[in-house]
Amino acid sequence: MTAGSIPGALAQACADVSEAGPGDEVAGVAPRFVARPAGVTEAAAVLAAASSLGMTAVPRGSGTRLAWGSPPASCDLVIDTLRMNRVLEHAAGDLVVRAQAGVGLDQLAAVLAEAGQRLALDPPGLTHPDGAGAGTIGGVLATGAAGPLRLRYGTPRDLAIGITVVRADGTVAKSGGKVVKNVAGYDLGKLFAGSYGTLGLIAEAAFRLHPQPAAASFVTLDAADPDEARAAVAAAAGSPLAPSAVELDRPARGEPFRVGVLLEGDAAGVAERTVAMTGLLGSGSVAPDPPAWWGGGAAAAADGTLIRIAFWAAELAGVLRAVDAAAAAAGLDPAVGGSAAAGVLYAAVAEGAPASAVAQFVTDLRAAMGSGGSPLAGGPPQRGSAVVLRAPAGVRAAVDLWGPASGLRLMRAIKDQFDPEHRLAPGRFTGGI
Amino acid sequence: MGDGSRAGGETHDRAGNPRHGRDGEAVRAAAEVGRAAIDALVPRMTEICGPDGVLTDPAQLATYECDGLTSHRCSPGLVVLPTTAEQVAAIVTACARAKIPFVARGSGTGLSGGALPRGDGVLVVTSKMRRVIAIDRESRRAIVEPGVTNLAVSKAAEPYGLFYAPDPSSQVVCSVGGNVAENSGGAHCLKHGFTVHHVTGLEVVTPDGELTWLGDGTGAAPGYDLVGAFVGSEGTLGIATKIIVKLTRIPEAVTTLLAAFRTMGAGGAAVSAIIGSGILPAAIEMMDALAIEAAEAAVACRYPEGAGAVLIVELDGPAGDTARETAAVRAICEKEGAYEIRAAHDAAERTAIWTGRKSAFAAVGRISPAYIVQDGVVPRTALPEVLDRIAELSAASGIRVANVFHAGDGNLHPLVLFDDAKPGAEQAAEEVSGAILDLCISHGGSITGEHGVGADKSKYMPKMFGPGDLDTMQLLRCAFDPAGLCNPGKIFPTPRLCGEVPGVRREPHPLVAAGTVDQF
Repeated sequence: MTAGSIPGALAQACADVSEAGPGDEVAGVAPRFVARPAGVTEAAAVLAAASSLGMTAVPRGSGTRLAWGSPPASCDLVIDTLRMNRVLEHAAGDLVVRAQAGVGLDQLAAVLAEAGQRLALDPPGLTHPDGAGAGTIGGVLATGAAGPLRLRYGTPRDLAIGITVVRADGTVAKSGGKVVKNVAGYDLGKLFAGSYGTLGLIAEAAFRLHPQPAAASFVTLDAADPDEARAAVAAAAGSPLAPSAVELDRPARGEPFRVGVLLEGDAAGVAERTVAMTGLLGSGSVAPDPPAWWGGGAAAAADGTLIRIAFWAAELAGVLRAVDAAAAAAGLDPAVGGSAAAGVLYAAVAEGAPASAVAQFVTDLRAAMGSGGSPLAGGPPQRGSAVVLRAPAGVRAAVDLWGPASGLRLMRAIKDQFDPEHRLAPGRFTGGI
Repeated sequence: MGDGSRAGGETHDRAGNPRHGRDGEAVRAAAEVGRAAIDALVPRMTEICGPDGVLTDPAQLATYECDGLTSHRCSPGLVVLPTTAEQVAAIVTACARAKIPFVARGSGTGLSGGALPRGDGVLVVTSKMRRVIAIDRESRRAIVEPGVTNLAVSKAAEPYGLFYAPDPSSQVVCSVGGNVAENSGGAHCLKHGFTVHHVTGLEVVTPDGELTWLGDGTGAAPGYDLVGAFVGSEGTLGIATKIIVKLTRIPEAVTTLLAAFRTMGAGGAAVSAIIGSGILPAAIEMMDALAIEAAEAAVACRYPEGAGAVLIVELDGPAGDTARETAAVRAICEKEGAYEIRAAHDAAERTAIWTGRKSAFAAVGRISPAYIVQDGVVPRTALPEVLDRIAELSAASGIRVANVFHAGDGNLHPLVLFDDAKPGAEQAAEEVSGAILDLCISHGGSITGEHGVGADKSKYMPKMFGPGDLDTMQLLRCAFDPAGLCNPGKIFPTPRLCGEVPGVRREPHPLVAAGTVDQF
């Protein structure tokens, strides 16, 4: 292909535009061009050019979670943020960092470690030994991805304190700032976190940081059934021992549940609390390093169908039984695991499973999550949710990946305001947004 | 629409306009049309809320003319006091149909005029919706109504070993609904976060009257984070009718230290050293000599004599960790020049230490007839420089400034003191106050850390945000409230036009058609 086929407006907007090639597909949809802006100004020019050309566009970081969400209804242009890879400001004394969207979580972690600090986000990939594969800060924000530390520190929306975005028409807008405490104006960071690129391109973000704990300890034990698992998780999470994470994992039906508790702090405190936690749980082995399944297991499955189940923590046993019942009915045996005390589990179904069976599994699971309403009187109509984060093409065709969402009318109205022509990641999100 | 000749209608037509509002014939004419429209709503509101739930008497209306920011006053056109979410939905529907603006109000303790009523609108007061509906110990969640007080949630959760972490100073009276609107913080948000970190679901009435849930309580509901968008939107996106909050395990240990320093510089250095050591206290508060003087005069808090600054550091968590951190903080304070350190280990001792700090705002009344409270934020490392500059501003203008602030997160609460009996004094104080906000912005901070923008600080928004930023924020507003009826005039200095509103009357407003008023 020649550069001549790249529309002039696009070539003018960005120094690095090329024809798309193999490997540029977004959930199976092949784009025509890839633009790699070097900063927010160039990114704004790219989006303005895409607007003038009527092009649909999908933002991309390192592509770690690019397969998450529904396939775009159309994708003329991929906007790749990997050249936007500068850490703009690490104000160590303020425990704040500002960075461009294409900065990798691993790259950021290395910078912060020099000051004994961390961004308390550990989505699958980061906890693995090489630290790579966790994605970019833009991608993590856009997908709302989080790992075990979500119990104590929340998800990207809780740690982002400022955001700079580029709208569909190229308008650059910021909200928040670089101070942790700030209520001036609407917090667009919350809206863009988990928006899957449907509202605009995340160009830069500022995050609140935490001190890197001096010591860590992992207390793990096996639980024979959902009730035992729930009891252990509830005891750990309800204790005054300040666990940073309480995780659960079961690779296959018939195997015991593995419960893991992460304690962090100064060495003496971790030692004391480890003893106390072991006593509280009645058993358990102790290690300074995470077990192999930590932050991995089902959540880190490399292929197949990945489902995120969100629920009220007290419902853990019921949810685990619902997963088993739905899986048995569909003839599947998914791995199950995740941040049980924070009310988030993942179920991973192997790549080769029949699409119809996976669709039935998801449908049954949703029926269980939706039935009977909230566990508390007066609560919302849904007990929780089961969202298919990623699935093979056959499964995507057989089931709605997102399931029901309350407030969908408002979500559509938001999309209409931010992207009136529906050119950004069209069709990737809840309700076909 | 009513014609305004209804019995009793004329008794309201002196309803106040916003203090800083424009005057003149056109405005007055428009206000009278608004008055008639509101009078016409009274029968419907009475149907919805019952006669006890609708206030029309000017004397009663006047009690709602301001929130905690008393410099902005406006008597509401009408006050309604619903008891259920369905009533709120019916009220908002009626307002939306009649195109009458409405403002929600909880306990009215806000400090930015966020609940400042409209003379041509309805004030929806949630104070009768004050049930803690349910608590789920194991999920660490509670469902509450918006009028319930912040402290009541923690009291209800206490038997389960849990508490509601955000704790604004007004927590005894402020409402959770108001906290949601303002994304309230409090002294302990340094460690425990703000309201937005503790809300996982909201039942709301949207500005067109729909009763719907945002989020499902799990904190991981599919779709856009509408809860995150709503919290802190200052009542401009709808009215919350139920709130699902996260509850937090009551810490095993709490220790509170009071450290006295000769200078603000020494106190500030201690703050930086504490944070630099990797300790994250629950709270770090600081007061300067003038604030201490005021607190002594008001509540005799008996802080150490001769202090140029006092620091209150509170640590919470597991007992062993807290004890070691307390020792470390004590050592840091001594190293940085603290000449007296007191420690509290129980509730009574803790109260003794906090009394001075918590009374500081009210206490300045003892040393000054009037004052303006600011809420600017600076990066913590910029605190020493900013405090020096505030001192210079104070010296140059002759306006005294007492400093009380959340030092851990750089949230200043300078109290700008003036004598409102002296001509020009208020103006001079406002200038100093504005200059302090300019300082915050120039250091990369914010014009408000926890009080909100409201009616008070919207004029400063363009200093912090560009036109593209403000325009983009208002896209969210347009998605929720295209008609612009929900707490209009707050946050944004210039409202964005939202384009055509689906399902809304297309013909021009009668007054526009008659050439009486311009629509925009």
